[in-house]
Amino acid sequence: MAERSFAREVQDLRLGDGQEFRGEGILAVTKALLQSGVGYVGGYQGAPISHLMDVLADAQEVLADLGVHFENGASEAAAASMLAASVMYPIRGAVTWKSTAGTNVASDALSNLASGGVTGGALIVIGEDYGEGSSIMQERTHAVAMKSQIWLLDPRPNLPSIVQAVEEGFALSEASNTPVMLELRIRACHVHGSFIAKANRKPAMPLAAALEHPVRDTGRIVLPPASFMHEKEKTEKRLPAARRFIAERGLNETFTGDLDEIGIVLQGGLYNGVIRALQGVGLADVWGNTRISLHVLNVTYPLVPAALVAFCAGKKGVLVVEEGQPEFIEQALATELRRADVATPLHGKNVLPMAGEYTASVLAAGIRRFVETAAPALAATLKAAPSPAAVLDDPRVTALASTVPPRPPSFCTGCPERPIFAAMTLVQKELGQHHIGADIGCHLFAINPPFEIGTTTMGYGLGPSSTAALQVKAGKRPIAMMGDGGFWHNGLLNGIGNAVFNKHDGVVVVVDNFYSAATGGQDLLSSRADNRTRSTRHPIETAIRGVGGKWVRTLERTYDVAKLRDTLREALTTPAEGPKFIVASSECMLNRQRRERPAFAAAVKRGERQVRPRFGVDEDVCTGDHACIRLSGCPSLSVKPSADPLQEDPVAAIDQSCVGCGNCGEVAEAAVLCPSFYRADVVHNPAPLEAWWARLRARLIVWLQARRERGRMALTV
Amino acid sequence: MEGVNLSDDRPLTLAILAMGGQGGGVLADWIVAMAEREGWVAQTTSVPGVAQRTGATIYYVELIRPRGNAAPVLSLMPVPGDVDVVIAAELMEAGRAIQRGLVTPERTLMVASTHRSLTVPEKARPGDGIIDGRPVLEAMHFAARELIAADMQALATASGSMISASLFGALAASRALPFTREAFEGTIRAGGVGVTSSLAAFDAGFNAQAPSPEPATRTNGAILGGTANERTLLTSLLDRIDTEFPADARAMLRHGLARLVDYQDVDYAAEYLGHVAALVALAPSLAGEAARQIALAMAYDDVIRVADLKTRAARFARVRREAEARENQLLDATEFMHPRLAEICATLPARWGKRVEQSALLSALLKNLAEKPRRIRSTRLAGFLQLYAVAGLRRWRRRLLRHEREADFLRNWLELVASEAPRDPPLALELLRCRRLVKGYSDTHQRGEDKFARVTGALPLLAGREDAADWLRRLRDAALADEAGKAIDGVLATIATLGNVN
Repeated sequence: MAERSFAREVQDLRLGDGQEFRGEGILAVTKALLQSGVGYVGGYQGAPISHLMDVLADAQEVLADLGVHFENGASEAAAASMLAASVMYPIRGAVTWKSTAGTNVASDALSNLASGGVTGGALIVIGEDYGEGSSIMQERTHAVAMKSQIWLLDPRPNLPSIVQAVEEGFALSEASNTPVMLELRIRACHVHGSFIAKANRKPAMPLAAALEHPVRDTGRIVLPPASFMHEKEKTEKRLPAARRFIAERGLNETFTGDLDEIGIVLQGGLYNGVIRALQGVGLADVWGNTRISLHVLNVTYPLVPAALVAFCAGKKGVLVVEEGQPEFIEQALATELRRADVATPLHGKNVLPMAGEYTASVLAAGIRRFVETAAPALAATLKAAPSPAAVLDDPRVTALASTVPPRPPSFCTGCPERPIFAAMTLVQKELGQHHIGADIGCHLFAINPPFEIGTTTMGYGLGPSSTAALQVKAGKRPIAMMGDGGFWHNGLLNGIGNAVFNKHDGVVVVVDNFYSAATGGQDLLSSRADNRTRSTRHPIETAIRGVGGKWVRTLERTYDVAKLRDTLREALTTPAEGPKFIVASSECMLNRQRRERPAFAAAVKRGERQVRPRFGVDEDVCTGDHACIRLSGCPSLSVKPSADPLQEDPVAAIDQSCVGCGNCGEVAEAAVLCPSFYRADVVHNPAPLEAWWARLRARLIVWLQARRERGRMALTV
Repeated sequence: MEGVNLSDDRPLTLAILAMGGQGGGVLADWIVAMAEREGWVAQTTSVPGVAQRTGATIYYVELIRPRGNAAPVLSLMPVPGDVDVVIAAELMEAGRAIQRGLVTPERTLMVASTHRSLTVPEKARPGDGIIDGRPVLEAMHFAARELIAADMQALATASGSMISASLFGALAASRALPFTREAFEGTIRAGGVGVTSSLAAFDAGFNAQAPSPEPATRTNGAILGGTANERTLLTSLLDRIDTEFPADARAMLRHGLARLVDYQDVDYAAEYLGHVAALVALAPSLAGEAARQIALAMAYDDVIRVADLKTRAARFARVRREAEARENQLLDATEFMHPRLAEICATLPARWGKRVEQSALLSALLKNLAEKPRRIRSTRLAGFLQLYAVAGLRRWRRRLLRHEREADFLRNWLELVASEAPRDPPLALELLRCRRLVKGYSDTHQRGEDKFARVTGALPLLAGREDAADWLRRLRDAALADEAGKAIDGVLATIATLGNVN
């Protein structure tokens, strides 16, 4: 069960010829795959491409009608391996993931695929997770494309261009027998726009036909001598074929301006940013008219030397706008110009920053420096671009540097992972600080306040192995984290199996929240829900025992902080040998609330008895120490100024967003904090007898309260 | 080649700064849907990613009137200095928008919610870690061409809706977009989700204005309950406040008096006034702080107090209100208690309590018997009666072990203050304020006492220094900076390097 239903978006996949599609860039890709006659689709979820997977998962009927096979790969490596179906058969296939993280995982399969080459179009849709909003290391997929010889598309970030890139990408792949990557930056994946759709096409060859009439060719298999032949084929046949196709189909675009002395070569994905920057200085307008000529690389690898040399020749300067490092395109262009003996001065990373996202301000500054260098006369006529400099230099704004706090992501309200780290904090208070290897997933938010837990993160499912060097006899044991997503992606073998085989002595905590939660709540092998199209309910503990884990404790309620703390303490101190595994399970609250909240409201409406728990703080009991917050950080648990004039410090307060998960009470109990928390269970539609008894009880309590009030003296101020 | 004729058309640009879960995406989608319904071309982008999990994020929208078949080239990210409308769903996010250069006096209309959603470090600090938001308000007034600032969260909550709806209303009222109020409301209706409450919040946002500060209300003291003698005594205490103490300390003294009458009885309150008077005689400038700190010290938080507060009628009403329980709904309240041996001994008569503490056997026995988490249902008879009985120990409080220890603490502390008061009143004042370090229950209380001892233990190092008060203040602030009191070590190390001035 994903976080949300994509029923409406699925409707968009049925659009026919001439109908207008309106929506997100990544969903336009989904539709483009179907109208390109794709035969199978796979991938591994992750921002910013999760929606492609989620919508297809909900679109089983549409896929069945077309005969398209769709899989949620166990990892990007599994997804990439799917493309093997396009090696021998003229069947188009597409896979998708977040890059470069996912590309790294997939690279074994990708290298093999690229070596043997493909018959059917093979498209890899890459969510280039770079710049603002990214959650991974800042690297370029471009490097992988170059080393494996996979073509790289980087279309202009509007829906018609993106859709065209999908269609042409398949054709390019087939024309050059090479897999093709389609790179989409985060904003392009999420951009809302429209394009005119075409009817969906059935695959040229049904998948069943391949099974029934298998074809093989030893020359396509990566083993000597074929592997040596593949490398030659790449450079002698496939590369020229690709360049010919790109040139003939005009995949790269040139926009000619009237000022022909200078020009810009740019990645297609940066086109809108470059136009806006040019607009700022009066060299372009919002309709795409430009006075400087632009050569837009919708295909960033391979380059087409003839076209580039022709664009650059005779100009007083050319700027390469290429995001990220190293500057592969600029280097390649310099080589080509030198080979062609074209003396046009080349600019790029000398006026633009080597690293970091090319934001509007960065582009504007770089383009101005370029014009000043290459065409000083033109530079004098440039308009002053909009600038916030005067505002940013004002002392009233510079003062904000010490006021506005950073706001990193954190655990959601009621998150079942919070109590795990509360328990870990309590254990560390007893046994001292430990080395804790972190992993990828929501649990990585523990590195931020208030917990500040976790030393390194080496990759998805690699938490336990990241502590491998430290599995030595010492006064303390290492702890490693892993989520259920990471567990099934990579962790079962590279984390758990590795720890068992090498007789690790440390503790591994597997956080099981029933989903691949950080990527949007996709189902996994161990998900508890029934899934019509996937096999679920395979417990993590069974898998651990299956690879030889002996000391395994499963806790079915992570909110039991005391039990978690005691289990952790036991794992850290037991004389038992071998790795100690703790599986801490509770459902992701975000997903649970999306399911339960409407169900609760409906039941109340039907008149059924329902109990809604919520936590509160008695503000006159709270003393303002905030120890509870240091063990929680829950968004619904905050502080507010005390109403008590004697009290100086703000007191804890719980707001209406509380979902009653229980962490506050459990932490107060386990850490022996303070008695100011209470849980209020509100009973909707109580039974008549229950209500009668409650009234009676309340009357007695009111009488007792009044009795004591009478005996108390009071002074109102 | 001929000269290219460039158009002067420019899109309307809007940036929305929000936190994950606030509905920033919904707001952006509403704007796009409305613009498209009105025949405009609209583009929106975002970088939600992990920021969906409560982090700060930004949504960006561009709108432009179409021109024939030409496709506009719209930006995927805001250009600093070139944004028409900035919507910030929280005060610090408004500050972040200004820091990013998105708000400029030439161009930008800013719609900002002035409420605070505190960051974890602000909340987690042992003392008061809340960042002062005034610099942001000041920067907003300076940087924006026009500003609509109000607590949009409160307006939304009051309407049972999300802040996106009240912000949408404020955007409509700003007239920054060329669409009518009907177009805005029609968009909400077309969305079809929570329409009624969203429209109510929209309306509240549409009419949002910054609230004028409420005039301070002042009520005169009224005495309720008590015997005739007690009432006479309390009246005389109130008279003493007005005659013997500096005017600026009187309000705090009345609060202190009220607290101690409520906490124990009039006699106890009279003792309180005596303690304050003794210090005021030595240094009148101490009056206000002494009134506050001595009241807090004497009304220490013990189990009797907790049980008393939790069984009051006013508290029952507050819990119902906070849990939003309606008339026809039942409410069950569960209290999380964790009595420990220390607290149990402290609640015994002083002699017995000490005897148990000194006997390993009795301690172990009682510990086994009583020391465990207890969830008490204070709205059920059994639970209520337990708490009610503990609260009833109030009349014997002054004979209990806890009181003996608190009284010792009070005496030593006041002696320390009194010893510094005549020659260094500012230092005495800071010593009074150090009592703020001692708070909470069980471990937290113990940690507080340790911090208090470490901070006041530095007094000999500071003896005779003119800036002793200043150093003591720094020590205290350091003690409140983190839980373990690590920052104290840093200040102590600095103090150790100070040359002896005498």
